[in-house]
Amino acid sequence: MIQVTGLSKHYGPRTAIDDLNFEVKKGEIVGFLGPNGAGKSTTMKIITGFMPASEGDVTVNGFDVFDRPIEVKRAIGYLPETPPIYMEMTVRDFLDFAARLNQVAKSDVKRQIDWAIEKTNLGDVANRIIGNLSKGYKQRVGLAQALVHNPPVLILDEPTVGLDPKQIIEIRELIKGLAGEHTIVLSSHILPEVTATCGRIIVINRGRIVAEDTIDGLTMRLKKGLLLQMTVAAANPSGIAAIKAVPGVTGVSATGPKLVIELAPNQGELRDRVAKAAVESGMGILEFGAEKVSLEEIFLQLTTEENAKEAV
Amino acid sequence: MSFANAWTIARRDFRSYFTTPIAYIVLALFLAIMGYMFFNMLAYFNEQAMNYQTYNMGHSMSLSEGVIRPLYGNMNVILLFFSPAITMRLFAEERKNQTIQLLMTSPVSLTDIVFGKFLSATLFVAVMIGATLVYPITLMIFGQPDVGTLVSSILGTFLLTCCLLTTGILFSAMTENQIVAVFLTVCVNFLLWIISWSAYSAGPVWSDVLMHLSLINHFMKFSQGAIETADLVYYFSFIFFGLFLTHRVLDSFRWR
Ligand SMILES: Nc1ncnc2c1ncn2[C@@H]1O[C@H](COP(=O)(O)OP(=O)(O)O)[C@@H](O)[C@H]1O
Ligand SMILES: [Mg+2]
Repeated sequence: MIQVTGLSKHYGPRTAIDDLNFEVKKGEIVGFLGPNGAGKSTTMKIITGFMPASEGDVTVNGFDVFDRPIEVKRAIGYLPETPPIYMEMTVRDFLDFAARLNQVAKSDVKRQIDWAIEKTNLGDVANRIIGNLSKGYKQRVGLAQALVHNPPVLILDEPTVGLDPKQIIEIRELIKGLAGEHTIVLSSHILPEVTATCGRIIVINRGRIVAEDTIDGLTMRLKKGLLLQMTVAAANPSGIAAIKAVPGVTGVSATGPKLVIELAPNQGELRDRVAKAAVESGMGILEFGAEKVSLEEIFLQLTTEENAKEAV
Repeated sequence: MSFANAWTIARRDFRSYFTTPIAYIVLALFLAIMGYMFFNMLAYFNEQAMNYQTYNMGHSMSLSEGVIRPLYGNMNVILLFFSPAITMRLFAEERKNQTIQLLMTSPVSLTDIVFGKFLSATLFVAVMIGATLVYPITLMIFGQPDVGTLVSSILGTFLLTCCLLTTGILFSAMTENQIVAVFLTVCVNFLLWIISWSAYSAGPVWSDVLMHLSLINHFMKFSQGAIETADLVYYFSFIFFGLFLTHRVLDSFRWR
């Protein structure tokens, strides 16, 4: 559905994205994950035809963005980082405008608006002025605008940024509800965001793709080291030192009674010896087990590894 | 270009004029100023006519000469200062609020967008000029002004104002700051207005060129009741060129 080849963008001397290559298949939900300034918004602006690339090609639905922008734009519903909403309009008038801009047939306009309003739960505020709505509602109006012509492709740039937890869950549910019929690319700099909604993740850092896989695949690939978690009755410095002294343990961090123990990769089974060190120092084990490496850490690793490579 | 797309944009912009107080202030002030001018001209015209009849002093004036021509001549000057208020927000606000992203990622061409904006501004000016029709209509009730002169004056005023709007749209596209847009628009339009002043001191060739470039110079014939092809060509070329530049400016922003 979306094919990105050798895509680069330079803002003057500054390279925002550098030789991106990826594909999004029909019906997929792909998460675009990366810290601020990674180049997520830039990539999306190019895919949606808002700005041209410096190098490379994008095709959407078989059409080249540069040669056939109108066809591409018709196939895409886009929610930019700042929702493009007119504060002085009512929700319904605004969606009417968005539908007409996307050349929804006159006879379908009302039906499409009602459908978008229902999908985004805007029924209560449909006749209110957008400028008077809360941030969460404004974000939903932005989303409704992207949906109103029922496009096959949705590009959502940080769709939940700045929302409260309840609103975030609502938007996530909404996005999941759109899966299947729509091909969706959403960006985020927050991990739980993409793990909650996306089937596949593209991790981008400093304008380059650093990993691209399913959530499970990423976890597997990056599980070089193992983390142990231990809750003790009374943490003491000598106990922590004793655990650190166990061969194969690379680090221990303690926050109150909770210890996180880092093991070097491929050291075999060390849990027995770690437990023994803790018991002997009299800290009193309450809980002990291996922790599945969270994506949060994968992400941290990804970016730090990339930095390390550059430093060499 | 698709007229339907341009109309979608024009309709939204035209409606949103009336969601801010600026539209009402502009309309009310404009009507008040024009009304003040109209009644003063009428009073002066009456006095002149009376003098002529009673004492055979001064000279006889027709209503067209004495009221319509100065009325629309003055209206042009007022519109020179009012028109930037109509155009200032058209692109500047869209850029500031980033709503321009919605327009630029919709399946409409940049030409549709620029023309839609122009259309909404001309509609608003049509409403302004239309509202001042009460004054010539008053004339028609109490006298017999020359309808031909009236129609050509209105057409000329409308076309001249469309040119002023075009400059305004161009500067609105160049900056996110509406005040800057207003200032630049007034300066450039005023310059194009008075450019003919230096024609008298310029050489023979330059004098012709400067006269031809002047916005107000092309209004003269309209105010005398004549619609000349050369003037129509000038106004339409001006509008076309201004909108073309706006298109280029907006397109160039995408490349940065
Ligand atoms: N209009 C611009 N002019 C110059 N640099 C820009 C512009 N937009 C973005 N950048 C730079 O490009 C890089 C990528 O930005 P962006 O795509 O917005 O990242 P993200 O959305 O991942 O936070 C950043 O370093 C940013 O500073
Ligand atoms: Mg961004």
